[in-house]
Amino acid sequence: MNRELSPRVKVWLYGLLCLLAVPFVFPTWWMVTSSVKPVSEIFSFPPSLLPASFDLKSYGDVFEAQPFARQYLNSMYIAVVCTVGTLAVSSLAGYAFARIRFRGQNAMFVLVLTGLLIPSEVTIVPLFQLFHRWGMIDTHWPLILVPIFGAPSVLATFIMRQFFIALPHELEDAGRVDGLGRLAIFWRIALPLSRPALGAVAIFTFLHSWNLYLEPIVFLSTPENFTLPQALTQFVDAYGGPSWGTQLSAATLTALPVLVVFVLAQRQFVEGLAHTGLKG
Amino acid sequence: MTLLTDRPSRTSPPASKSTFWTIARRENAAGWLFIAPQVAGTVLFVLVPLVLVGWYSLHEWNVLAGDFTWTGGDNYRQLAEDQNLPKVLAATGLFSVGLLVLNLSLALLLAVLLNQKLRGTVLFRTLFFSPVVVSMVAWTIVWGFLLQDNGGINGLLDTIGVDGPNWLRGDVTAMIAVIVVQVIKNVGLNMVLFLAALQGVPGDLYEAAKVDGAGAFRRFRSITVPMISPTILLTSILTVVGSLQVFAQIAVLTQGGPGTSTTVLVYYLYQQAFQFHQLGYGATLSLLLFGIVLALTLVQWQMRRKWVFHES
Repeated sequence: MNRELSPRVKVWLYGLLCLLAVPFVFPTWWMVTSSVKPVSEIFSFPPSLLPASFDLKSYGDVFEAQPFARQYLNSMYIAVVCTVGTLAVSSLAGYAFARIRFRGQNAMFVLVLTGLLIPSEVTIVPLFQLFHRWGMIDTHWPLILVPIFGAPSVLATFIMRQFFIALPHELEDAGRVDGLGRLAIFWRIALPLSRPALGAVAIFTFLHSWNLYLEPIVFLSTPENFTLPQALTQFVDAYGGPSWGTQLSAATLTALPVLVVFVLAQRQFVEGLAHTGLKG
Repeated sequence: MTLLTDRPSRTSPPASKSTFWTIARRENAAGWLFIAPQVAGTVLFVLVPLVLVGWYSLHEWNVLAGDFTWTGGDNYRQLAEDQNLPKVLAATGLFSVGLLVLNLSLALLLAVLLNQKLRGTVLFRTLFFSPVVVSMVAWTIVWGFLLQDNGGINGLLDTIGVDGPNWLRGDVTAMIAVIVVQVIKNVGLNMVLFLAALQGVPGDLYEAAKVDGAGAFRRFRSITVPMISPTILLTSILTVVGSLQVFAQIAVLTQGGPGTSTTVLVYYLYQQAFQFHQLGYGATLSLLLFGIVLALTLVQWQMRRKWVFHES
């Protein structure tokens, strides 16, 4: 593998890579470009790679067909709250499991880890019943409470624990000599050092919340409360068929900001998600 | 909390401040306070619901009518007699196996290609990874359009003289479509894991094999595959467990159809519990799903002993 490749092999490899890249890139490219095409051109064949005429009408339709600005805000604030909440819960628990010796520690760690073994789909029925009893159906509470305290944050706790275990003890010892308590050591010494792990947790928590679909459609029923993935499927024409132009514009508004951030910080995303985001 | 933040004096060590708050006691208190939110959350939102799933599976519960009645083993009898269930399980198995094979082989192929000495591999890595960050529903909507009878895929096939099928209307083609859409969406994760594993294989192993006259395929089979076998196991567990949780693309792309050909277990569970309002039966199906996930995870960890290569 250390040998330089011959130019002939290189051309073949590039050709293969470009060919393989098509199904990965084309759908997103086509979604973005189609969203600014007039409806007639969306259906034209062969598909135009660049819009022949520029038309932002379907973007206007997005906001007329549904309270889309409100739905965007819902998704945004829920994802931010989930991210901040998960960071708090998981860094505290991860720190304690890694660094503090206390009675019952191992038993509690095993108890928390069971959260990783149980897919969220398994508990959706009783959670529905639970939130039904608490009068929280058609509110955002289930979409906030479960990710912050339930199974999704367990993965975050595990990641934070792995990170804190590898952190050198010396810095904390210095703090202890200075008379700092545990919370102060955690807040002033350990947490500032754990930025890479916090970044990884923040990225996958935000994306998890932003892209959640089953939970919103189970818990929410009023369009004003919808989150984006759920709203995307609601753009239909008078006959109940999907209204493509509007749907593609809304999908673009949902996906593009995340893609832009991804391209800017792709290394953090790739590392953060591949080594932590355990999804199929 | 003031005990933990502990503003005290730098002159006297905290331990001597009080006879009750010894170091061990303070550590215990701090530990429990730190983990309290996570432990309470796990109990409330994971463990209690898991027990409740079992309890509900013994009941008939209709939210609309508001009644909740003990029915004993009725839901389990329904499970045994459910005409759709064998088809649902077959679809689930087909989807998982198809996804596993296609995802892992494509991920490995992409990782091997990106592991070559080429300029611009970071760009390609970014491209292959990009669908991972796109919302599954947005991704599926686009593919739904491309897969229509008069959509982009058939248009493309048309240009090379192939009359493409109506993908989402045929049993087999619909299943192929949902598998491919899912693989392209998430293969980037496994690709990156494989790439990291490949970069950890010592280069001198290949050199030695080359001296022994081993060809490229032989080197791949006898060096690369055993060396990265822990990663193959890890990715296959993640992929299979993930495949059992697939929901959004089925709901958006095929609604389980045509017929029940793409109705996987989670989608069936959703239909029974939240569309047909049979929450008791939905709970029974949840237990079945849990049993399958648990069994598969255990089997795969057992397999680890048999065939995963350990360097030590």
